[in-house]
Amino acid sequence: MFNLFQNIHIDWLGKRRVFIGISILIMLAGLVSAVGRQLTPGGTDAFNLGVDFKGGSVVTVKFRQMPADEDIRAALTNVGIHDAVLQSSTNRPDEMLIRIPLLENTTEGVEVTAEQNAAQVQRGRLTVKQALDTFGPEAEGQNTLDTAPNAAYKIIGTDSVGAIAGSQLRNQAVTATLLGCIGILLFIAFRYDWTYAAGAVIAVFHDVLMVLAFFSVFQWEVNLTVIAAILTIVGFSVNDSIVIFDRIRENLALHRTDSLFKITNDSINQTLSRTVITAGLVILSVLSLVLFGGEVLRSFSLALLVGLTLGCYSTIAIASPIAIWWQDKLGEAEVKDTLAPQRKENMASASRRSVTRRPVTR
Amino acid sequence: MKYRSLWIRTAIIVAIFLGGIYLVFGPRRVPNGSDFTWQGIKNNLAENVHLGLDLKGGSHLVMRVQVEKYLKTLTENDREAALNAAKEAKDADNNPLPVVDASSVAENGTYQVNLNVSDPSKNQEVIDAVTKRVDFRDWNQSSSGNTISWNLSTQAQTKLSSSAVDQALKIIEGRINKFGVTEPTLQRQGSADLHQILLQMPGVEDPERVKNLIGSESHLYLMKTADNSDPGKPFPTKEAAVQALGGSIPPNRIVLPLTERDSANKQPQQNQQPDKWLILETPPIVDGSELRDALPSSRTGSDYNIEFHLKPAGAQAFGEWTGKNIGKYLAIVLNDEVKSAPVIKGQIFDTGQIEGKFTKESAEDLALTLKSGALPAPIEYTEERTVGPSLGADSIRAGVEASLGGLALVVVFMLFYYRGAGVNAVLALVLNMILTIAALIVIGSTLTLPGIAGLILGIGMAVDSNVLIFERIREEIRLGIGIAESIKLGFERAFVTIIDTHVTTIISSLILYVTGSGPIRGFAVTLILGLLINLFTAVFVSRTIFNWELARNPDMQRLSI
Repeated sequence: MFNLFQNIHIDWLGKRRVFIGISILIMLAGLVSAVGRQLTPGGTDAFNLGVDFKGGSVVTVKFRQMPADEDIRAALTNVGIHDAVLQSSTNRPDEMLIRIPLLENTTEGVEVTAEQNAAQVQRGRLTVKQALDTFGPEAEGQNTLDTAPNAAYKIIGTDSVGAIAGSQLRNQAVTATLLGCIGILLFIAFRYDWTYAAGAVIAVFHDVLMVLAFFSVFQWEVNLTVIAAILTIVGFSVNDSIVIFDRIRENLALHRTDSLFKITNDSINQTLSRTVITAGLVILSVLSLVLFGGEVLRSFSLALLVGLTLGCYSTIAIASPIAIWWQDKLGEAEVKDTLAPQRKENMASASRRSVTRRPVTR
Repeated sequence: MKYRSLWIRTAIIVAIFLGGIYLVFGPRRVPNGSDFTWQGIKNNLAENVHLGLDLKGGSHLVMRVQVEKYLKTLTENDREAALNAAKEAKDADNNPLPVVDASSVAENGTYQVNLNVSDPSKNQEVIDAVTKRVDFRDWNQSSSGNTISWNLSTQAQTKLSSSAVDQALKIIEGRINKFGVTEPTLQRQGSADLHQILLQMPGVEDPERVKNLIGSESHLYLMKTADNSDPGKPFPTKEAAVQALGGSIPPNRIVLPLTERDSANKQPQQNQQPDKWLILETPPIVDGSELRDALPSSRTGSDYNIEFHLKPAGAQAFGEWTGKNIGKYLAIVLNDEVKSAPVIKGQIFDTGQIEGKFTKESAEDLALTLKSGALPAPIEYTEERTVGPSLGADSIRAGVEASLGGLALVVVFMLFYYRGAGVNAVLALVLNMILTIAALIVIGSTLTLPGIAGLILGIGMAVDSNVLIFERIREEIRLGIGIAESIKLGFERAFVTIIDTHVTTIISSLILYVTGSGPIRGFAVTLILGLLINLFTAVFVSRTIFNWELARNPDMQRLSI
């Protein structure tokens, strides 16, 4: 029997200030990056939004000999387009739709004039042409692939496209996630206690904000798949928090004399082997997706990698300390309350109702 | 006794497993040997699981909203409204205003309404009377001599056209969503003055039907049949009807064909002139904008009707009118054809029926277009092609390979770390995946990348459930309790945790499903399915395997875990 992490006695809660400090630092870095980029004139946007969110151009290319997708993508990366979407045309196998994001920084929502639009499309066309020239010359002007025997390809159409996921979908995703969090809050409060519910949900917000911070700092492309990744991160983070809360609840019933502080530390340590194995397996799988999953899925896999790692960390570093801290405050209040005799009875029944709530002693 | 309950549990598992396998490997035909080869499995999945646009591709349609027709209709409607407003108004001395007639221009980018008056000195009064009733805010007003003109500026044309395209986008979105096309992408394409919309939708069985549905127009009017026109004895030709009206059609009358033919098939039948005509009174009592709902209905299962319900205001007007006109004929007009002209037997409020011997499909499509509202202008298709996956075939291949690699890693670790118990976990995991895919096939849900993210989280939580149970059993064994008791306690204690994590996630996913759309729903559906199935596989199946080991060797001293 292999055993990892037996008889561990780490004082996790004692290090809570360090953990919270690190989290705040990273979030501040994200905030500085987002606000700084937004405010720098001519600089990049807070987030590197992809075609899904910002729109861009679609260039339709007819090839004499269709190159492999990887080669086209490599050629585009060489001219600085990292986030192209390649969509083959199945009923016309020699044609390929190449979607590229806006090349200039245009803020969303501002009406673009027809001229600006045309200039944007033209720039997109030229950039794609520059990339594709590695496969051979284009049949330019009126020439077709038939009349220009040396040509390897011809750009047969260039169009601007709007965002697939406009602000509507983004807002909807945010609203749905927030409502989902309220559901989580209510259920954990029902099964455990308000303090735990708050801890778990704050940890969820922590994870999502941290992921956004990473995306802003490193300017990874934000596309539709990132929304899917964030939904996954929320689920995983809550799952992790509940596993530890459950252990705390069980230990509270078993060891009635121990302080909540000790019990929480013990619970984290007792579930540590599970935490490490599950998180390790999930993170390794996602790492395989980051390394071998290809360029297009990179945003998705990076978001998962960062978010799932943080989800595991935040359970120990954020969710538990917050739950304990709040209980501590409530404990002080209860001590005060017990001085008022007429309310004593109410308090007693309240603490019976919630096995998890008791004064914290250190 | 012990064995009996074990056999029952095993029988349940085997039955569900076989059912799952059957659903995955094609309920349409008998599974054969080649289905269990790697290629066979791939083909089967490709055939039975609906993949979304990002994973498989679909149709790529570029359509243009014919805004010039929209502006033309707008101009003509405003002309009529202006003329009516001017004719109905009185001047300060309570005399009719000196309005003669109205004309309009709607071509080559010029949209203009002209009112001709006989007395230019009353122009201001005419303008006041008209602008009070007709919204000419976006129009440039001018008057010279006997003519008052309103001209739509280029800027206003751009603004109105753009809003017409936005409106068309919303209506088209409503139609394809209600039709059940899952997760299409719909966006404006090209510069704003092209008025183009790009629709990409995953493979649907009948793309032509969707195309017709998007572009089709349905107008419903409830009108009164004129007293001199008896639906029992309709006029044989349009000319005969016009003759009965004294040679020309007055402004408050309209002549339309009476037909019960299925009008959803818009095949032009020019050579076949309708042979029944009716005279109807305008304006209509109620029009399609008053519809609250429309749905196909059939008593016999073959001839379909469309049942409609009116909004409160429309129902009020309709009820009042039918109450006053008992014994008269009503005309139900759909797309400029009288579908039926029943006699009014009593007061009717909000429900009626369009009887037209429709086929099931055409009744569905008509009901849908009636319900989703009218397009502001007709659309035309400018480009059509079928496209591959929007994530790119190469990325999907890489993604699938990387995921399988990750999964292999999990399997190897579980077998290495948990030994015998690892086999339980792997079996439970395989069963979980088969059942989740089977469930996706059964509910016919379309799988897209967010859906796969839901699957990943589901599988992650399935692995977690096993880890939770095994770690707990190990803990109990370390405490020195017997093997059998450890397994029992391990499952019981871990089960509390598993239920809490699963129920929390299912609740939040349900909220995502209800409040979200498209990609968010796709995520929620696969996650909910995965978690429900996991409660069965990770707990029930894994426990049964342990129980078999215990039953065979009740005094077990060492458990392979």
